[in-house]
Amino acid sequence: MRKLLFENLFKSPLTEVRPASDLSMLAELASSLGLVARQKLGRSLSIREIDAGSCNGCELEIHALGNAFYDIERFGLRFVASPRHADVLLVTGPVTRNMREALERTYNATPAPKWVVAVGDCASDGGCFAGSYAVVGGVSEVVPVDLHIGGCPPSPEVLLKGLIALIEQTANGGHST
Amino acid sequence: MPDMIEALGGAAPVCSHLPWPRRIVDAETWSELAGHLAEGRWTLAGLWGDIGAVHMALLDARQGELAVATLECPAGQFPSIARHHAPAQRLERTVSDLFGLKAVDAPDDRNWLDHGRWLVRHPLGACSTAAGDGEPYAFLAAEGEGLHQIAVGPVHAGIIEPGHFRFTANGETIVRLEERLGYVHKGIESLMAGAPLERTARLAARTSGDSTVAYSIAYARAVEAALGLEIPARAHWLRALMAELERVANHLGDIGAVCNDAAFALMHAHTGVLRERVLRQSNASFGHRLMMDKVIPGGVAGDLDRPGIDGIRSLVATIRETFPRLIALYDNTASLQDRTVGTGTLTHALALQYGCGGYAGRASGRSFDVRRDFAYPPYDTLQFDVPLFQEGDVNARLWVRIREVEQSLGLIDQILDGIPSGETSVAVARAGEPREGVALVEGFRGDILCWLRLDPAGDVERCHLRDPSWFQWPLLEATIEGNIVADFPLCNKSFNCSYSGHDL
Repeated sequence: MRKLLFENLFKSPLTEVRPASDLSMLAELASSLGLVARQKLGRSLSIREIDAGSCNGCELEIHALGNAFYDIERFGLRFVASPRHADVLLVTGPVTRNMREALERTYNATPAPKWVVAVGDCASDGGCFAGSYAVVGGVSEVVPVDLHIGGCPPSPEVLLKGLIALIEQTANGGHST
Repeated sequence: MPDMIEALGGAAPVCSHLPWPRRIVDAETWSELAGHLAEGRWTLAGLWGDIGAVHMALLDARQGELAVATLECPAGQFPSIARHHAPAQRLERTVSDLFGLKAVDAPDDRNWLDHGRWLVRHPLGACSTAAGDGEPYAFLAAEGEGLHQIAVGPVHAGIIEPGHFRFTANGETIVRLEERLGYVHKGIESLMAGAPLERTARLAARTSGDSTVAYSIAYARAVEAALGLEIPARAHWLRALMAELERVANHLGDIGAVCNDAAFALMHAHTGVLRERVLRQSNASFGHRLMMDKVIPGGVAGDLDRPGIDGIRSLVATIRETFPRLIALYDNTASLQDRTVGTGTLTHALALQYGCGGYAGRASGRSFDVRRDFAYPPYDTLQFDVPLFQEGDVNARLWVRIREVEQSLGLIDQILDGIPSGETSVAVARAGEPREGVALVEGFRGDILCWLRLDPAGDVERCHLRDPSWFQWPLLEATIEGNIVADFPLCNKSFNCSYSGHDL
């Protein structure tokens, strides 16, 4: 183990330069966020991820945000285990009827101010699962959504752009819904 | 020992069923088959509903044979297989939820996927409306002095899929775990019914996102079998290349994640880098990080160019250089081994009884791999070993996956060296009559079964996808007994069953 750690001291880091925030996402946020959050949150957001019915593809890419290439924590973004510790709910999947109540309860357990980010095409409008007896639809059918990040699944880079846009808006004084 | 297909007897169905036979049997034969399964002669590979009938797939791994038995149920019921053979339990509960066909004398008649939230009952059978207010679920009892319950989920602490785990523990020691799944049930089979092939392919690719390539291959092979379609050799080889990249990416990610669940983050960081490199190369070579929708009925979408080949060769070289040091790191860290060795032991007998596929089965001495035992092209011409361990613990499941990474790298070499040139797809023509096809494909997690019936217009009339997790989830319950609560994440991750693939 020592050899492995020692070698890494002399290698340049894999972490890549920060992507610019996505302009279209900034526009969506500007309309949904208004005033005052920086005083409360600084430049840091705690994220609680909720799979409300996804195929697990989005989870794989959200996971990848933690690897050495993206290193999401350098932006002050961290994943937390409880909605009670969260500022942001990152919700994937078409919301299934069997997950609807769990999503509502998780949202209600999250203290304000809070933001909801719907990740993936399914979270937007149900995607290819829309119309099923077992699916409610997009996340906004159940809880208010502040930002949509599209893709099937969105790549880690796209996810990062969206989340950086969110943190910039909150730092500039956006308030949650 | 009777030959499996002879034992079925019965009549062939009206439409052709390829490449393995389907027979319509009577209730007596159906019950006899349950007896054969209980005695361990054959393996249950699936049990699913249809309009007014149930189908059961049986596997004879020694002979490399698969057969489907069908029992028509005009009275809306069929003799329970689970009564004699426990692995059928959740499958029968699902048939009841979705089709309203009841298993007579079933040992467990609780709902499974239907949580009382759907606004309908029996959505794939005689559909009727329902309130959708939710129904209480009676968990199995565990009684004794000092026992307490811990309820976990459906929303979990990590970035994972939803499901509910009900632990009953005595102090730290788990005496019973009961799973409740179905939270991510999306009604995939109902969306597939009546859909054109392209739409069904997109749904199959999104049944379990981590196995999107394997699912797409299973679906495409079932369609091609039904239509008697021969696809170009190059397409077979490109499919296998994608499947092995998917296997390597999942194994690398999970080897690190299991170590991370024992608080050994260093391994996770390093395997995470390798996994990311695989996904980036997959994107560069095939145009999607998970290679979603790249396998289609009739072949593959797109082709692999020279830079795409060179990139994969360079990726394989990087993994070969880095991975052995990570294996040594795992092997030489006693504090990590202390958590994995002897933890969560799955017995050989249970692995056999449940027909447990993938690394979970192969870590408990069940030597089964579809790529070898039901070889489909190009695996019938490639050289590889199927790693086998006997111990059945978390450590053994990790070692199977470590060895499988090495085998997959060897397969990727062979594929890049031997890939034939030519077309990558053929047009899919309608048959003008009903056709049925079945396919069995080895995903990273184990064997995926796809069964479907096409209507004369060439659309999907009924499609059933059976994830390997159906026969692994129940074993996690058995495996965890007597372990401590703190080792559950480790055991769970070492199985890494699919929620979405199971819930459909």
